[in-house]
Amino acid sequence: MLKNRIIPCLDVKNGRVVKGINFVELKDAGDPVEQAKIYSDGGADEICFLDITASNENRETIIDIVRKTAKECFVPLTVGGGVRTIQNITDLLLAGADKVSINTAAVKNVDFIKEASKKFGSQCIVVAIDAKKVSDNKWEVFTHGGRNKTGIDAVEFAKKVEENGAGEILLTSMDKDGTKSGYDVDLLKIITNNTNIPVIASGGVGTLDHLYDGIVKGGASAVLAASIFHYGEYKIKDAKEYLNSKNVSVRL
Amino acid sequence: MNVTIVDYQSGNISSVINSFAEVAKGKVNLEVTSDIKKIKFSDKIVLPGQGSFKSCVDSLNKISGLVDTLKDFAITNKKPLLGICVGLQMFADIGYEEAETKGLGWIPGKVSRIDNQKGKFKLPHIGWNEIEIQKESKIFKDIKNKSHMYFVHSYEFIPEDKSVISAITNYSSKIVCSVEKDNLFGTQFHPEKSDKIGLKVIDNFLKL
Repeated sequence: MLKNRIIPCLDVKNGRVVKGINFVELKDAGDPVEQAKIYSDGGADEICFLDITASNENRETIIDIVRKTAKECFVPLTVGGGVRTIQNITDLLLAGADKVSINTAAVKNVDFIKEASKKFGSQCIVVAIDAKKVSDNKWEVFTHGGRNKTGIDAVEFAKKVEENGAGEILLTSMDKDGTKSGYDVDLLKIITNNTNIPVIASGGVGTLDHLYDGIVKGGASAVLAASIFHYGEYKIKDAKEYLNSKNVSVRL
Repeated sequence: MNVTIVDYQSGNISSVINSFAEVAKGKVNLEVTSDIKKIKFSDKIVLPGQGSFKSCVDSLNKISGLVDTLKDFAITNKKPLLGICVGLQMFADIGYEEAETKGLGWIPGKVSRIDNQKGKFKLPHIGWNEIEIQKESKIFKDIKNKSHMYFVHSYEFIPEDKSVISAITNYSSKIVCSVEKDNLFGTQFHPEKSDKIGLKVIDNFLKL
């Protein structure tokens, strides 16, 4: 039986790990390579780096981190943030990333997903969708770390990226991100019900129960969390044991 | 010992290189190349593969003499070869991803899209799944039945002769996740991404 995945996410800025509270207030907390190793040794099913430096001059920094991490962590490594061109993807994969997560560039031009999945395979193309609730049962796609409104319906966009070859969707609720009040389960439900590719839940985890909700109520194939692991509130192992005790299958 | 990872521009093989390098450290001389001479004189070959069946077969064929060299190595001279993911799938006669494409034809069978029961199961099959060992296999030495391995694929290898299957995994149906036939080894899962247990599979292959 396929196991539900737990993915710790490391937000990286200028080579250092930070965790944004609603993407604005940042706290510095360590070396990304060391953190990734701790997570991988602790049983993380995958590791995710999100580069929030977002300036082209600094791309070498994240590539160097990926290169070092990939030599020590032997679980899948996903890297997102500022992935805009085929060359960006090539550089990250050559450095040792297994998947890249594409956000703004996918919204701007969905053909980019098609081109990337054709060139590198769907297995390494994750499309990150940042969505915000606009009315009852309606969510809209945002870009640039949640700053820009696009007018695009999140469900329609999710279907479109699947059609264009995305292998997975990383779905972040902009309303919930950083609040520790749990995933937006309704958003998850509507996206998982309308797509046939795995959806990774993101944004809002504060307790282990929230992970359970993301998988069982929201239908996510994987749950991503940052701060609950990062500040040592819970270990990956705690999360897995908790989910296992509630009959959610995980890799123990 | 010289082990060659065949680099035929089949997509991202960095993780394969990293994991083999980690296990090979100081014990095995590891080469990453498509140089036919080097492949010929290797003791073992690793054939990775990412992307579609068609794109991998096309890339192999683009390098003049590579397919014949691999065949001499694995079929005529019966030296150990490990195919990973699409590297394994290419052992088949035929694949149906993108377009009907002829495979290497080393193990009779076909590669078809996983039957996900009309959308009941998500595809790709991504993540950690348990392997159910079907027969003793050299690459599973000291690996417990029901160990977790990392998968990412939408197509599966269906061999005609079921006795080549060394492990299956349970998803929407029972999926072949590894084969062993004489000196030919293949894993549908990614040992290079399967944590310590995956490194053990690599170690077993290098120790053959």
